[in-house]
Amino acid sequence: MSIATATPADLAPPAVKKAGSRRARGQLSLGLSLSLLAPLVLLLGWAFFLPIGRLILTSFTEPTFGFARYARIWNEALYIQVFVRTLWIAGACTLLALLIGYPVALLMARKGGWFAKLATICVLVPLWTSVLIRSYAWIILLERNGLINNGLMALGMTDRPLRMLYTDGAVLMAMTHVLLPFMVLPVATALKSIPEDLPRAALNLGASRWNVFWSVILPLSLPGVFAGCLIVFVMSLGFYVTPALLGGPRTLMIATLIGQQALELLDWPFAGALSFVLLVLSLGVTIAFKRLLKLDRVIAHD
Amino acid sequence: MLLGGVILVFLILPTVLVVPMSFSPTNYLQFPPTGFSTRWYGAYFSDPAWIDATLFSLQIAAMTTVVSAVIGTMASVALVRGRIPGQETLTALMLAPLIVPHVVVAIAVYFQLSPLGLIGTRLAFVLVHTALAVPYVLLVVTAALQRVPSSYEMAGLNLGASRLDCFRLITLPLIMPAVAAGSIFAFLASFDETVVSFFISGVEHKTITRKLMEDIEFNLSPLIAAASTIFVVATVLLMWGGTLVRGGDTSKSA
Repeated sequence: MSIATATPADLAPPAVKKAGSRRARGQLSLGLSLSLLAPLVLLLGWAFFLPIGRLILTSFTEPTFGFARYARIWNEALYIQVFVRTLWIAGACTLLALLIGYPVALLMARKGGWFAKLATICVLVPLWTSVLIRSYAWIILLERNGLINNGLMALGMTDRPLRMLYTDGAVLMAMTHVLLPFMVLPVATALKSIPEDLPRAALNLGASRWNVFWSVILPLSLPGVFAGCLIVFVMSLGFYVTPALLGGPRTLMIATLIGQQALELLDWPFAGALSFVLLVLSLGVTIAFKRLLKLDRVIAHD
Repeated sequence: MLLGGVILVFLILPTVLVVPMSFSPTNYLQFPPTGFSTRWYGAYFSDPAWIDATLFSLQIAAMTTVVSAVIGTMASVALVRGRIPGQETLTALMLAPLIVPHVVVAIAVYFQLSPLGLIGTRLAFVLVHTALAVPYVLLVVTAALQRVPSSYEMAGLNLGASRLDCFRLITLPLIMPAVAAGSIFAFLASFDETVVSFFISGVEHKTITRKLMEDIEFNLSPLIAAASTIFVVATVLLMWGGTLVRGGDTSKSA
């Protein structure tokens, strides 16, 4: 009897204390954390990592064991050219998207007002519209007898239709347009999360509007800017649809080259090798960007 | 303001452009259209190939959205509030589908699914699309969770609520806009997904993106403009619905 009453009394305090210490850190237990993660980990493992691992393995083993497929990429000028063009277009695309996207994000982040609503609509409608439809629209615009050529000729700015479709410029323009929402949305989210008091306080303390933007709003929006740049650059590195539809056979990007090797030439091991190089490139960029993201977090905490 | 206006036109014009083109009476695209006809809408709705592809894509996207939102939010909670060994590496791996180009996934997944006879099945599409869509949920929801101080949950726990109740009554309402935003991205990621769908579509089931890709490559008939217009209008209606939901949310919290 005395044992029976003593036991719960003895056990209770440590139990409460243990739970208390766990609560103090606000953390979930390891078991619960892992159970919450399990569905996602299993799904990604089977439907994502396993297939990619096997594809990369194939590039080293088929048809012969070794680096023959990789030597081919390095030795042929055509393939190096494709990689350089891809990096150039991805970089230009990111820069353009940032320059065009930031003002739109500022408009979107304004509290209330029909202009903010209009801006939001103009960002979200294209975002929800398939990449295919937007690429198709750019074909209509840039075609030989398309809207832009007809307009230019009507204005007398050119006598002959300009060749715009199937050029790097067409691919760059359409890709920037397609990826723009992925820049605008993270920036706008970051801008919206800035407490209204901060710019107001700066204004009250005598800062000019430009100073408020430069030293309050812009630094606080940087996490969104980095996130947007990361998404846009990495997405444009591996972009397939727009270059496939708007680029000519001479304006291959890495992704369209991989598609061509796999679909038309049925050279799967070589497509695998190209895929691996593209993967390394994308990962390298992401790791570099992640450093920036962390650096920014340090600054934000100070 | 003016600059903003010009950019907004640049953003919206290519999407809106398909609308006048879709009412073309001719067999080819012409601008400005020479007349008005709804024949291409009739052609879209009476063609079982287009309708089947549309319905198939909607089903896949809806299932992908639900699965992504649920398992993505679960994982986000674990990553932000949990104690996981190698958490940073794990997060990076989970965001990998965002980085890995779809053409790579497409080729790889084709090899994985083909011997299993899963090409063109709903299961295959939902699994692969969820893998591709879930990082959007993770990114948005973990960011939102980090902004919710864990002291809120601790207060709930100290007042005697269970973990689940704390999440359901405190955290979830606070991160709900992020979950909704993540779900929107997930739906989009699936419905918009072209490259993987192009590879793993079967003879029986084709996604709308595969159907569109084939048609844009081989003919530029105004039927594509009509189909596009339908999707754009459906989008606007969905967005309007979304705004209503979000509007209700703000009034509640205010």
